[in-house]
Amino acid sequence: MNLQTEQMTVKEVQEEIIEEFAMFENWMDKYEHIINLGKELPDLAEEFKTSDNIVKGCQSQVWLHTTSKDGKIYFEADSDAIITKGLVAIMVRVLSGHPAVEIIKSSMFFVNRIGLAEHLSPTRSNGLLAMIKQMKLHALAYSAKQ
Amino acid sequence: MSLDVQKIRKNFPILQREVYDQPLVYLDNGASSQKPISVIETIDRYYRNEHSNIHRGVHYLSSTATDKYEQARKKVQTFLNAEHEHECLFTKGTTDGINLVAHSFGKKFLSPGDNVIISEMEHHSNIVPWQMICDEKGATLKVIPINDAGELLMDEYKKLLNDKTAIVSITHVSNTLGTINPIKEIIDLAHEKGAAVLIDGAQAVQHMAVDVRELDADFYTFSGHKMYGPTGVGILYGKEKWLNEMPPYQGGGDMIKTVTFEKTTYNELPHKFEAGTPNIVGGIGLGAAIDYMNSVGIDEIAAYEEEIKVAAHEALSAIDGLTIYGTANSKAAVFSFLLDGIHPYDAGTILDRLGIAIRTGHHCTEPLMARLGIPGTVRASFAFYNTMEEIDVLVAGIERVKKMFA
Ligand SMILES: Cc1ncc(COP(=O)(O)O)c(C=O)c1O
Repeated sequence: MNLQTEQMTVKEVQEEIIEEFAMFENWMDKYEHIINLGKELPDLAEEFKTSDNIVKGCQSQVWLHTTSKDGKIYFEADSDAIITKGLVAIMVRVLSGHPAVEIIKSSMFFVNRIGLAEHLSPTRSNGLLAMIKQMKLHALAYSAKQ
Repeated sequence: MSLDVQKIRKNFPILQREVYDQPLVYLDNGASSQKPISVIETIDRYYRNEHSNIHRGVHYLSSTATDKYEQARKKVQTFLNAEHEHECLFTKGTTDGINLVAHSFGKKFLSPGDNVIISEMEHHSNIVPWQMICDEKGATLKVIPINDAGELLMDEYKKLLNDKTAIVSITHVSNTLGTINPIKEIIDLAHEKGAAVLIDGAQAVQHMAVDVRELDADFYTFSGHKMYGPTGVGILYGKEKWLNEMPPYQGGGDMIKTVTFEKTTYNELPHKFEAGTPNIVGGIGLGAAIDYMNSVGIDEIAAYEEEIKVAAHEALSAIDGLTIYGTANSKAAVFSFLLDGIHPYDAGTILDRLGIAIRTGHHCTEPLMARLGIPGTVRASFAFYNTMEEIDVLVAGIERVKKMFA
């Protein structure tokens, strides 16, 4: 994670992603990009792939590991499917490293804008939608402890 | 070729459409089949001209609707070669049919210490209702194992059967593996021990002729929507002697003879098991689906699907890194498979973008997935409106998937 991303707001990161995706001319390029993001995201360490960290979908599943430092929440995540993992990588990029309140209040507007809304539909049941819910819940739990 | 598939395809409006600007290749028939124009028009005509509640009014429309609905039952009787019309109950579908038998048969005929036999390849619909009634009654659920090809181990079945077996409930055709089970033999063996047999025909009636009397099945159930008919309607065939002895499933209108607050007496078959206003248009639409299948010819459908199965098996087997799950000697045109190192969700997502509708996941058969040691599969399930060219499109799609995830 570079310094610049850390300083951006959740909203700004989303705008940056929308811009990146505007380059792709067709769905194939877009999916190839997501697949690459999935391949590039390091696997979550086995010790964090616990039953507590699992977000089970019917089609694919996601693991989410949350930590906090200096008032900010950090997410690491993984999935057994590469496309889901690529999308997980994007979500982590958007939400990780921000203050809890900002995470709680954020709306994931970029998903529609880059034409990937179908992957967040409950019928897909790939674990993504549940993961976002889980990320916000973790942020909420953290802010309640403060 | 025995059947003019291009002519058949014209009967199905949805097959003319595109998805993501690609021609639709519909290979998810195991989940639900598409509807021919004759079924769509029957439904349309019913709501425009013929609708009223049934079995209730003296007026013209009510008796027309009742006649149409009962004619549909008659068609089902002929379709299954049942002895009596009133042995064919309208239900919401297969799941509803199995629940009806588990509940009503179980209530009367299951005692503590009895057992119920199912198999390792059952759909959740043919597992959970039995778990529920066995729990309630203190009975045991036993499971026939399968071999690696996806065939029932009949010797193990014989060992499970005993005098305490109340009922055996088995799928005719596996929705995940395509295996066609030897149900005649299963039924005969159960009858030797005095056990009844329910056959889950959800994946069978759309592919082959079924004769419940020749099979000597005690119960046989299926869904309308998988056999070119509407959703929300299905059939439970039950032998008259069982249905007469079983208590009603639900109480309400239509299923009663007389009601007082002290005592209610129940109506005759089939009404005893059909409480409340039924899915009238569904029943009539199911009748139209049967007419449609008969007009094509069930033997012609079976013969054509056999050709599709052989061709698809050959084409899929030739793909490097593809493993087919379900290689029974006797199987339907259903192919579950995995690609080396590629998650089913990933494969399914890309195939979808290519216009190919297949299903991914555990197909409501989680215990079967556990037996095979896999999280899920990609499943292509064919119908008689699928073409040889669509097999080529699927193969090309799979090659594309392999490239993208290499
Ligand atoms: C073998 C089998 N049994 C039962 C069912 C359940 O059918 P329905 O959902 O129509 O009740 C299905 C369909 O998914 C099936 O394939």
